[in-house]
Amino acid sequence: MGKNATLAKDETAPLKSPLRPEKAAARIDRLVHERLRLGIMSALAVNASLTFNELKKLLETTDGNLSVHARKLEEAGYISCSKSFDGRMPRTEYKLSAGGRKALERYLDHMETLIRATRQS
Amino acid sequence: MAALRSARVPSEAVPIDSQAIANLRYIRRTMESAGEFTAIPGRGGIVMGATAIAAAWFAHSRVHAEAWLAVWTIEAILGVAIGYLFARRKAQSINKPLFARPGRKFVLAIAPSIFTAALLTLMLWRAGMIDYTPGVWLLLYGCGIVAGGAFSVRVVPVMGFCFLVFGAAALFSPLAWGDAWLAAGFGGLQIVFGGVIVRNYGG
Repeated sequence: MGKNATLAKDETAPLKSPLRPEKAAARIDRLVHERLRLGIMSALAVNASLTFNELKKLLETTDGNLSVHARKLEEAGYISCSKSFDGRMPRTEYKLSAGGRKALERYLDHMETLIRATRQS
Repeated sequence: MAALRSARVPSEAVPIDSQAIANLRYIRRTMESAGEFTAIPGRGGIVMGATAIAAAWFAHSRVHAEAWLAVWTIEAILGVAIGYLFARRKAQSINKPLFARPGRKFVLAIAPSIFTAALLTLMLWRAGMIDYTPGVWLLLYGCGIVAGGAFSVRVVPVMGFCFLVFGAAALFSPLAWGDAWLAAGFGGLQIVFGGVIVRNYGG
């Protein structure tokens, strides 16, 4: 768990609806909110695990970009990473942790609340 | 890096709810696309392969063309049923609808080949050329798998190309080898590639 985990924990407390749109927006988990990290977590939510190359192909990104964002999620404890060898080829596999799944669910709740709050105001 | 750079550039203000809707759409799209890695049931392929080998053995001992064709027709129906059941089970295991975008695309891509195979079988049977059907079936199934596999992981179109090779070989080898080619293709290839999918793509 790195500093991002603390940041995420502070920002992802359960929502008490109804909220003003600005308040709801301010409470979004910024760690999940970034587009590529959101993609990584969404892809892992529907797969038991995905390799680095599968994620790269799926999200149409570069090695560097993917590894930077995957590292941030890993440091926050949202995903786990295991490295092994498939023959002579190194294989990096990612899995969504229980905490990561909860964070994604919270993020989805935030988005829905935000839409509701904006439409009601 | 392009995405990171563009994130730092101040852009035109977007309403909060539009941004939230766009994010929800992105999550949905990503989840659907990620399903491509799991949509094709490897275990189903292995079971289909096993029934195809049994069908080849059983059909080979049939003397009449009608009986031979009946065995393979039953096997085709059984294969579709097995594929459907295993695909549904796999979709349920990851809480996804069976006919989400990747599944739908796969069915749409393979359907024309299956339809053409059925039609050509009827024509060949009426023309008394039923012995040519193994090559035709393998080729058309291969075409369908290559087309469907274009939306999936690389192993799927590779399997399709193997079917094309087997189909071509079946057409240009002695007609008596037809059942052996069908066993090798619908049996062997599906078992081997089914095993690869089970091992690497979640069952």
